[in-house]
Amino acid sequence: MRLNRQEGEIDWTTVMVYLILVIMGWLNIYAAVFDDTVRHSLFDLGTDSGKQLVFIGAALLIIVGVLTLDFKFYDSFAYVIYFFFIALLVIVLLFGKEVAGSKSWFQIAGLGFQPSEFTKFATVLALAKFLGDGHKRLDKLKDQMLAFGIVLAPFFLTMMQGDVGTAMVFGALIIVLYREGISSLYVIIGLTLIAILVLTLLVSQTLIMITIVVITLLIIALNPRNNKRTAVVIVSAIIITGTVRSVDFVMTEVLKPHQLNRIMVMVNPNIDPLGIGWNATQSKIAIGSGGFWGKGFLQGTQTKFDFVPAQSTDFIFCTIGEEHGWIGSSVLLALFTFLILRVIAIAERQKSTFARAYGYGVAGIIFFHFVTNIGMTIGLFPTIGIPLPFISYGGSSLWSFTILLFILLKLDSHRMQVLQRG
Amino acid sequence: MNDERRIFIQIAIVIVTIVFAVRLFSIQILDSTYKLAAENNIVQKVTEYPYRGLLYDRNGELLVFNSPIYDLMIVPQEVSLSDTLSFCNLVGITPEEFKERIADANKYSSILPSKFVEQLTNEQFALIQDRLVEYRGFHIRARTDRNYQYNSLDIALGYIGEISRRQLDSDTTRFYKSGDFVGISGLEAAYEDELRGQRGVSYKMVNVRGIEKGSFKDGAYDTLSQPGRDLVLTVDLQLQNYAEKLIEGKVGSVVAIEPSTGEILTFVSAPSYDPDILTGKNFSKNYKMLQQDSLKPLFNRPLMAMYPPGSIFKTVQALIAMQDGVVKPNEEIYCSGQLIGDHAPPGYYDMHNAIKFSSNNYFYQVFRRIIRQQLSENPYADARLGVDKWKEQLHKFGLGIHLGIDIPNEKPGFVPGSDYYNRLYGNNRWGFSNIYSLSIGQGEILLNPIQMANLAAIVGNRGFYYPPHMIKNHDLASTYLEPKVTGIKEEYYDIVIDAMEEALSGTAGRAIIKDIAICGKTGTVENPHGEDHSVFMAFAPKDDPKIAISVFVENSGWGGRAAASIASLLIEDYLKGEISRKWLEDYVLKGEFLD
Repeated sequence: MRLNRQEGEIDWTTVMVYLILVIMGWLNIYAAVFDDTVRHSLFDLGTDSGKQLVFIGAALLIIVGVLTLDFKFYDSFAYVIYFFFIALLVIVLLFGKEVAGSKSWFQIAGLGFQPSEFTKFATVLALAKFLGDGHKRLDKLKDQMLAFGIVLAPFFLTMMQGDVGTAMVFGALIIVLYREGISSLYVIIGLTLIAILVLTLLVSQTLIMITIVVITLLIIALNPRNNKRTAVVIVSAIIITGTVRSVDFVMTEVLKPHQLNRIMVMVNPNIDPLGIGWNATQSKIAIGSGGFWGKGFLQGTQTKFDFVPAQSTDFIFCTIGEEHGWIGSSVLLALFTFLILRVIAIAERQKSTFARAYGYGVAGIIFFHFVTNIGMTIGLFPTIGIPLPFISYGGSSLWSFTILLFILLKLDSHRMQVLQRG
Repeated sequence: MNDERRIFIQIAIVIVTIVFAVRLFSIQILDSTYKLAAENNIVQKVTEYPYRGLLYDRNGELLVFNSPIYDLMIVPQEVSLSDTLSFCNLVGITPEEFKERIADANKYSSILPSKFVEQLTNEQFALIQDRLVEYRGFHIRARTDRNYQYNSLDIALGYIGEISRRQLDSDTTRFYKSGDFVGISGLEAAYEDELRGQRGVSYKMVNVRGIEKGSFKDGAYDTLSQPGRDLVLTVDLQLQNYAEKLIEGKVGSVVAIEPSTGEILTFVSAPSYDPDILTGKNFSKNYKMLQQDSLKPLFNRPLMAMYPPGSIFKTVQALIAMQDGVVKPNEEIYCSGQLIGDHAPPGYYDMHNAIKFSSNNYFYQVFRRIIRQQLSENPYADARLGVDKWKEQLHKFGLGIHLGIDIPNEKPGFVPGSDYYNRLYGNNRWGFSNIYSLSIGQGEILLNPIQMANLAAIVGNRGFYYPPHMIKNHDLASTYLEPKVTGIKEEYYDIVIDAMEEALSGTAGRAIIKDIAICGKTGTVENPHGEDHSVFMAFAPKDDPKIAISVFVENSGWGGRAAASIASLLIEDYLKGEISRKWLEDYVLKGEFLD
């Protein structure tokens, strides 16, 4: 039996869910850009839905490519792929085209191409490769720092492109390190920093500073003799203050006024519901008006106007919520949850640390996109412009998630051939 | 520990999903504020149709403007009528038709608007507009159609019409939508991009019942429709109207050009039609009627009709012969009247008299010299070289080529070359004796009336022309600023011009105008199918030409009668602003030119 499984099975369950999501995306893109005064078909290449169909076709070719390559390739070339895309990120910073305020696009033959999307799977590969090396130990500070370095390089590069949303995605890889045994402290610190970041935007900075100073002084006062703890508390206070200050710096010095507005609205959509908070408000109205059953395919009234930016990309969930109601939305939630849990299950059944870590990276990235994107459309999270995996319009996004997922399926199909290490 | 962490991660994922589902349940089902907001917050996209650009004549006289028309549109899915019968009465259809039209609309689409009643009358529009709120699923679409101030310039203006399915499909820029009007022929088509303007979009807030709640975000996303650009034409309306009046009841064309600019002053194709009949509801019916008319009023004669030029062509032959050096202007050639049929008496002719008396035999001999220039030992090859050289020279006169006028469908006419005759007779099987008819503008050569007028302009300008055009707006006319030269010495033109001035007294006495030095050449074009065609080209005044003209009247006999009379009246009208020769006008209007 074991011999017969040399060329193992692809996990068809995952493939089915993938296909369902991609087709749902395509149909909803059509609905999102549907204009009842112009007749164009689902296949019209002049519209987003027609182009998405082309992207889907290309994605299928990519799948064939990913599955055809030898499974050892991904392990052997993980660093090569990683550094290739890191180099592309640097190049795009220097020569890229600016779209909507972020310089993250290459213009090739009239088509936009976003290397940061592909850096996602490259980073997951590199991190998995690093953790898969039997000699690396996550309880050693040096290896911890190296692991963070792998993640932080693309983080800072995409940050410098002005693409905050994509940069934050790399943060999701903490899940890999967590699963592979890094100290919980990092997770707690990470979550705290994010909380403070968001808090900074909501509450006056001076107030936060005063609070930090007061708490620091209180802790020191309450533990006068514990020098080590005092040191830790003071360092933490400085880091937190630095974070707060950097937010201020980024907000006033780096960002342009319209970007600043967008961020302010992300944090508080009710600042000016018909002004700069328009997207966030309209998004909730669209989804909220869907009711239990939804208004029906192409019957949405709220999501079909060209001036809503990203109606077919980042805000695609609005169309689903409006036209397919709570039922449709729940089906989508269920599909995503099922997919992510399935990916984790696949990861857990791997024999090599490399494949398992990779699997968790896939789960982490899809999960982060899913949470952030839907959370933003239903008003739970600030508006961060990242796509809904497999659903949102766009070639780069679809292809990068496809590659991400199918490398895992390729590794999984060969799991019996791998000797367990470490 | 790792199992613990896996379970922790899995639980976190499930919790997030549950939180999302609950949140969705709350905003989609429990909380009705979003539904209410949506109901009062439907944004409708309304297309604002632009005004098509207006057309003026060269003196600022308005020629073409717009008037609103209203179509009753239907969105079948939304239709709900309490009283179908009264609705039918209102829009003037029977209940059967009502059902039929709804079925038709449904066939097209149940959710897209389609036309229910096209172009309502003003009364219908007023009545329906008031009660539109009661008729759910119906709305009014306002567009504009063309209106014409004067019943003239039909063929040059062209017409507009609803865009065809095929045009829509080939419109890669996606500018047009179904139901849009586009220029289909004439200047309307040529300057479509300038005239059409830019559609605007306004976003209106409406509630679910379709009641307007005002503009969306105070119109921040609206784009105003941009009216099309107004065009000024080179046409002189008064002269145009007079020309149309003079040629009424005849078949032919009149083209007048300002020689110093190439601007077309008059462009008549007779019979003409009333441009108003190609607008509005009756477009299809009237178009069909015009198309079936045996006199072809939709045929753009000045650009598309091709005739042998007849004797007016002798002017070109004379210029080429002198330039080639095959004949000296004062060389007297004996013409016996034997070589070719002739109205000029036998005797010795020099260039001046040959043109003045239109001697066929003189030009027969001159053309023979043009063709046989001893460029080759072989007489056949010599003819070939001669014809092709001659053809090249004609091209410089704008003959046999496209002049590039800004009205679509210009035909280049036809100037035969050696390739043509080789195909017709075979290589080395033809010579001058096969092509001598060309010497007097008969035979295979075909020109259109605009080329004839342009020829008059070239002679008047003594050797150059600006391509004829109809647009006067500076930027659009800028492509017509480059003069084209014929490469023939000015002194040869003077000989031809002097002869043309004197020729009138011999061949076209009617055309002479007191105080105006007019130079002209008549032609009588042999027509195997019926009476000869009457043709005349002229320019005036002689020393500083302000107008060059060609008149072609089919089946009207001698050029000195119909064509020359019309041309003379037009020149007088244009240069003096009044007609002193009432008798000549009456003669033309009476229209009995044949014996």
